[in-house]
Amino acid sequence: MTALLEIRDLKAEIAGKQILNGYDLTVNAGEVHAIMGPNGSGKSTLSYVLSGRPGYTITEGQALLAGADLSQMSVDERAAAGLFLAFQYPLEVPGVATMTFLRAALNAQRKKRGEEEMSSPDLIKRVKELAKILDMDMEMLRRPVNVGFSGGEKKRAETLQMMLLEPKLCILDETDSGLDIDALKVVSNGVNQLRSKDRGIVVITHYQRLLDYITPDVVHVQSAGRIVRTGGKELALELEETGYARYQAEAA
Amino acid sequence: MGHAPTTPTRKLTDAEARLAEIFATQQSAGAPQLAKLRTAAFDAFSRTGLPNRRDEAWKYTDLRALLRDVKPLATPPEDSAKQSAQNAAVLAGVATRRIVFVGGYFVPGLSDLGDLETGLSVMSLSGALAKGDAATTAQIGKVGKVDDPAFALNTAFMGEGVVIRVGAGACIDRPIQLVFVAGAQPATYFLRSLVIVEKGARATLIESFEGETTQEYHVNAATEVVLESGASLERLKISREGAAAMHVSTFVASLAADAQLSDFGFNLGGGVLRNQSFIALNEPGAHAALRGANILKDKEHADATLFLDHAAERSESKALFKSVLDNSSQAVFQGKILVRPGAQKTDARMMARTLLLSEGAQAYCKPELEIFADDVQCAHGSTVGALDENLIFYLMARGICQAEAQSLLTEAFVGEVIDAVEKRSVREALTALVSERLRLRQ
Repeated sequence: MTALLEIRDLKAEIAGKQILNGYDLTVNAGEVHAIMGPNGSGKSTLSYVLSGRPGYTITEGQALLAGADLSQMSVDERAAAGLFLAFQYPLEVPGVATMTFLRAALNAQRKKRGEEEMSSPDLIKRVKELAKILDMDMEMLRRPVNVGFSGGEKKRAETLQMMLLEPKLCILDETDSGLDIDALKVVSNGVNQLRSKDRGIVVITHYQRLLDYITPDVVHVQSAGRIVRTGGKELALELEETGYARYQAEAA
Repeated sequence: MGHAPTTPTRKLTDAEARLAEIFATQQSAGAPQLAKLRTAAFDAFSRTGLPNRRDEAWKYTDLRALLRDVKPLATPPEDSAKQSAQNAAVLAGVATRRIVFVGGYFVPGLSDLGDLETGLSVMSLSGALAKGDAATTAQIGKVGKVDDPAFALNTAFMGEGVVIRVGAGACIDRPIQLVFVAGAQPATYFLRSLVIVEKGARATLIESFEGETTQEYHVNAATEVVLESGASLERLKISREGAAAMHVSTFVASLAADAQLSDFGFNLGGGVLRNQSFIALNEPGAHAALRGANILKDKEHADATLFLDHAAERSESKALFKSVLDNSSQAVFQGKILVRPGAQKTDARMMARTLLLSEGAQAYCKPELEIFADDVQCAHGSTVGALDENLIFYLMARGICQAEAQSLLTEAFVGEVIDAVEKRSVREALTALVSERLRLRQ
């Protein structure tokens, strides 16, 4: 069976500086992986390389989404192929109404996949359902995308987008940063609803706390641009005890 | 010709000589009650001639260089031209009272002057003059003190337009739309309108300029607006002129106490477009908001030049102009704020923002403040930049293709101007026009 995400000996750089140093990772459908690691270990870089952010260049190795080479796809093609990155710092898009944005995104993806577009009434209905799960006021969704939202509201909005778009692979980049405990529970609940045998989830986080709510199947420790250790969910607890110092020393 | 110039005589350009010729021959025609006004205006024009880049107000739009020849004054349009104007400048979903001009001539058959709301009077300028309407003669050309050669030319040659009067306290909900469609032949159109909004009255005026033709034609339009105390007017000017058209438009407004003016200029096409506004805030509490959006491509050039004259206490002005420039198009924003002695508590703000979609596009921005009062707030600013790459990435990461992401962000940029339009139906129609124009680009 083809893995959902297969990263093989991936090397990538930003502005000539190598950040990923021979990265290997395999995520199968139905699995939830957590990637933990100290600041500066390249966790966000991994998410940007996979999603195709300009300026992030793959120099060696491969990243395959359901067998398809991501480096051969544009950013929007990767999204249509089922890759979703929940941003650590979701952007405010002044002047673009949230509904317009959601409709444009969903229907662009559907069109690329040769599926029928979702009608506006169906979309509104679906968004209302999701807003309820995420404890979001519909008034917020009448505003421009993320404009004036608090950190927590932005993460809820990001989760709503993810739930609406139903990606094959969700990458959550430090979704817990800037969240209070109530928001953390709500967002985690949303993510847990996405757990399914057809979907993979990669949770990038600095702290173990998020993993109390989103229980991972596999935990990886990343340091200096590659995975240095892999274990079960108990590895996260161990890290909480010992910290990242020994991995940083090892990598150096 | 005219008074003795104080500077050594300059050889007239071909266009100036032709204008003098046309002016001499047209004297016999038209309304005799305007003869004095026209002569005085042409004399004033002759003293300076066509403005050029050494005139500060015309620094970036050198009319003397641009106007190489003068197209003949328009002759009455063919029936076929009238036919094709039937659906010109229709704003989808907005029920307006249409008053249509084709090739500079009023077309009653396409205009809706029936069932005027109580308090509203609308006449063609020629109709008002033919009737000997004393109020028209008393006010036209006298709404503001404007010393500008293009406006002087308009006064000297003014042809057709409307005279609108909104009686005291009347609220006219249905927008009055003036539709000016260029004729099929090269021509010069001198259009002139006068709008008087009496005490406490309110109305919406839309001026649409359209030119489907690739022919060269020249528009010199002027609208004078009197807002009596507590009166309110929203005015939208939408220009979709032909690629070879030259369009110069003057807006003169005089605001009494607590009057509210909300003015919008949308430039969505035309070779050379100049909107100049002379706004006098004459009494306390007058409020003027001037906004504009240029969406330009190829070698199009649009110039917004404002003069805001704060002459009374607590008067406010807000200006916001946005330009989206592709190819080698150019946008000019010049804004002058004058705060006269005694105009305390004036609040005046100006902002011009430009989005460059191409390396060859250019934006010129020149604010000027002249302040003679000590308790005022005045601010101005400008920005020039490209679309935010991070936002494009964010949109694309959700599956939206690059071209669509750029269009959405560009529409959003212009949206800030459209959002200030009062009626939702008009906002939606404008959004559709802008969207169509942006997508045409690709």
